Amino acid sequence: MGEAVDRGRRQLLTAATTLTGAVGVAFAAVPFLASWKPSARAKALGAPVEIDISKLEPGAMIKIEWRGKPVWVVRRTREMINRLASVEGFLADPGSERSRQPGYAKNEARAVNPEYFVVLGVCTHLGCAPMSRFELGDAELTTSSPGDWPGGFYCPCHGSKFDLSGRVFRGVPAPTNLEVPPYTFVDSGHIVIGVDQGSFG
Amino acid sequence: MAGQAAPAAAGKMAALVAWIDARFPMTKMWNEHAAQYYAPKNFNVWYYFGSLALFVLALQIVTGIFLTMSYKPSAADAFGSVEYIMRDVEWGWLIRYLHSTGASAFFIVVYLHMFRGLLYGSHRRPRELLWIFGVLIYLALMAEAFFGYLLPWGNMSYWGAQVIVSLFGSFPVIGDALVEWIRGDYFISDITLNRFFALHVVALPLVLIFLVVAHLLALHEVGSNNPDGIEIKKVKGPDGHPADGIPFHPYYTVKDVFGLGVFLVLFAAVVFFAPELGGLFLEAPNFEPANPLLTPEHIAPVWYFTPYYAMLRAVPAFAGTQVWGVLVMFAAILLLFFLPWLDRAPVKSIRYRGPVYKVALMLFAATFIMLGYCGLKPAVEPFKTMSVIGTIYYFVFFLAMPWYSRIDSHKPEPARVTK
Amino acid sequence: MSAAGRLVAAIALGFAAAANAATTGWPLQKAHTDVSSLASLQRGARNFVNYCLGCHSLQYMRYSQIGDDLALTEQELRDNLMFTGERVYDPMRSAMPPDRARVWFGNAPPDLSLIARSRGVDYVYTYLKSFYEDPSRPTGANNALLANTVMPNVLAVRQGAQLPRYEERKGADGQPVQHLAALEPGAPGEMNAQEFDGFVRDTVAFLEYVSEPAKAQRQALGVWVILFLLLFTTLAYFLYKEYWKDVK
Repeated sequence: MGEAVDRGRRQLLTAATTLTGAVGVAFAAVPFLASWKPSARAKALGAPVEIDISKLEPGAMIKIEWRGKPVWVVRRTREMINRLASVEGFLADPGSERSRQPGYAKNEARAVNPEYFVVLGVCTHLGCAPMSRFELGDAELTTSSPGDWPGGFYCPCHGSKFDLSGRVFRGVPAPTNLEVPPYTFVDSGHIVIGVDQGSFG
Repeated sequence: MAGQAAPAAAGKMAALVAWIDARFPMTKMWNEHAAQYYAPKNFNVWYYFGSLALFVLALQIVTGIFLTMSYKPSAADAFGSVEYIMRDVEWGWLIRYLHSTGASAFFIVVYLHMFRGLLYGSHRRPRELLWIFGVLIYLALMAEAFFGYLLPWGNMSYWGAQVIVSLFGSFPVIGDALVEWIRGDYFISDITLNRFFALHVVALPLVLIFLVVAHLLALHEVGSNNPDGIEIKKVKGPDGHPADGIPFHPYYTVKDVFGLGVFLVLFAAVVFFAPELGGLFLEAPNFEPANPLLTPEHIAPVWYFTPYYAMLRAVPAFAGTQVWGVLVMFAAILLLFFLPWLDRAPVKSIRYRGPVYKVALMLFAATFIMLGYCGLKPAVEPFKTMSVIGTIYYFVFFLAMPWYSRIDSHKPEPARVTK
Repeated sequence: MSAAGRLVAAIALGFAAAANAATTGWPLQKAHTDVSSLASLQRGARNFVNYCLGCHSLQYMRYSQIGDDLALTEQELRDNLMFTGERVYDPMRSAMPPDRARVWFGNAPPDLSLIARSRGVDYVYTYLKSFYEDPSRPTGANNALLANTVMPNVLAVRQGAQLPRYEERKGADGQPVQHLAALEPGAPGEMNAQEFDGFVRDTVAFLEYVSEPAKAQRQALGVWVILFLLLFTTLAYFLYKEYWKDVK
């Protein structure tokens, strides 16, 4: 095959073409990968949801759906709020250090306004839906001794227990407190789920 | 490549390759089909279209898979889901245009690839089976395109399918039952769309991939033809390889990569600046949802079907049935299978064939384009007469070939390929 | 005839009645739209919301997308385009219930998301400019491009009246027939002819944008893709030529 081959030039051109081709393939992959992101329709369906809480009775709870998950709003009574401090000794993460919530909900009541508790109804163990068990001293549920249930949430799948701020008790499968979604008060009677406090309007 | 790391890495690489080769014929296949597949060194520009067709097939499969993720094959949702892809899915418009433009690009490269065969006698002995696999690919591709065209559920989709499916109704006795069976309903409906979807995304792609593999295996068994139409295996060099052959890799891989680059520039120009290509690639009536009660003012199939559509319309109904046009159209495609035996010339390549074949072939190409143009136009004069003349010539070209290819003069073939 | 059969027949007849509206040979006027002009698209969006959205939906177009593409904030969208309490992510749906519309017009007003692609901008532009007074029609208006349209002339207040001028021509059977030759201005409207052309042009430009919102992005990206491919192809060409030095 004749005279000497310029190996340097050949290697350089091979490297340059391969590199450019690889960059091209990487660019071409972007649209395909990005097409898996939530579409405009998914975003529309997952858009913030407004809840009317003006007719919510003290001690009652309402459920709504946001992004395919149940969101609970509990209007806690004065007594329920006062009880929160008394269970701290039995909790796995009383300060919500390891749990997920917006900064404005990282307090004992895990809420902007302690009267209204907003939380995702999804067990942090394996994603079951816990149930509300607000009755005091429920015979089935105990925290340390029979009949001392302070009211809270109970997950029927694997027996995880949470207090009235969604904080998880020790000795159950769920590792962290129930997650608090971003939310904000539009006015005293309306909450918007999915928008952070202070970022609205 | 600095220091001792490179030789060590190379040694590890060789060990890995040896490990795989002991369990899977990786190196063997690479050598057989690339590094030691000796292709004639005199390929010209006509020889880019095979690898380009392979690229477009891969592109259609990848974009098709991603479209399937957002498309809904139901009469109620199909049209809306295409607009959902075009608007709501991030980059969905690009994936859709790549697929719709890819469909037309597929036919462009396949038509050029087939014409290359006619130019240089690639269908001739010993490549008859290679040619037949190719014609089967063309048939599968037409079916794939037809089924796919219904999926956007636009009004042209709907009426195009209506017209083509109705063709089967022209067969005597069984016609009506056959059409009902194809549609699975009394009209083109949700049921029809659902089964066309299954055929388009699963059945025909599998058939196509199988046929493409068979086509390539047949090619590598007999070896590639070339613009001189002579067998390079006849003259071997001192190394035992064809004297006029060069290893496919790296020589034709780098050349095909360059060809791919040129193709992609043209392809991107259409995708980004003219995805409708003046109504040829995406037809305006297809931006209206399917309406079983409202026919578009003028129904034309997509451009790649129009040569055959013109033939269909060129044949008048007689003896109380329209089946003749349908038969002529199917016969026109079936004739392609017999081409290796219709051509009786002593040489393969147009370079050494006589003036009769040269003129006949150029006229054939012009006729095919003319038929395609007539098929896009309404069935009025002068297109009706042009279609009739075109159809007649199409058949004369093939059916008279055994005669004119033999009486035609020819020049002696060279022993070695020329530049 | 079964109940279902009667239903089908009724739909077919209703359709036939609507299909009496047919395109004529009326010449199309060039729309000369400019979809790169945000100002024109913004005016067009407001025109559409004020004059068209009452009856015609843009079911594939979300308000939020318009905000992103036409540089409008959420507040501007709410102040100028959204009047019926929709959420910003919602598609632009007409408030008119389709079944009522069918009763009122004999035909539900079509969705216009893709009208500029299926019919072309020149068609829409010419159609909107070709209404004329025709007391024989239930709406009191007819259209030179789409004869016997069921759509009322909603832009009459802006454009003013247009009156038909007929010419006598020989029909196919040799009998004289009245042929619509031209539209002539009648009582003036709020706009002069030039202002009205601009008004329609903006509206059509907006519909053109709506028919393919990604178009601007597509063309902007296309330039870079092609430049990149040219670079790649050039490199591949030199690589090809380098290797082929071996081939004698």
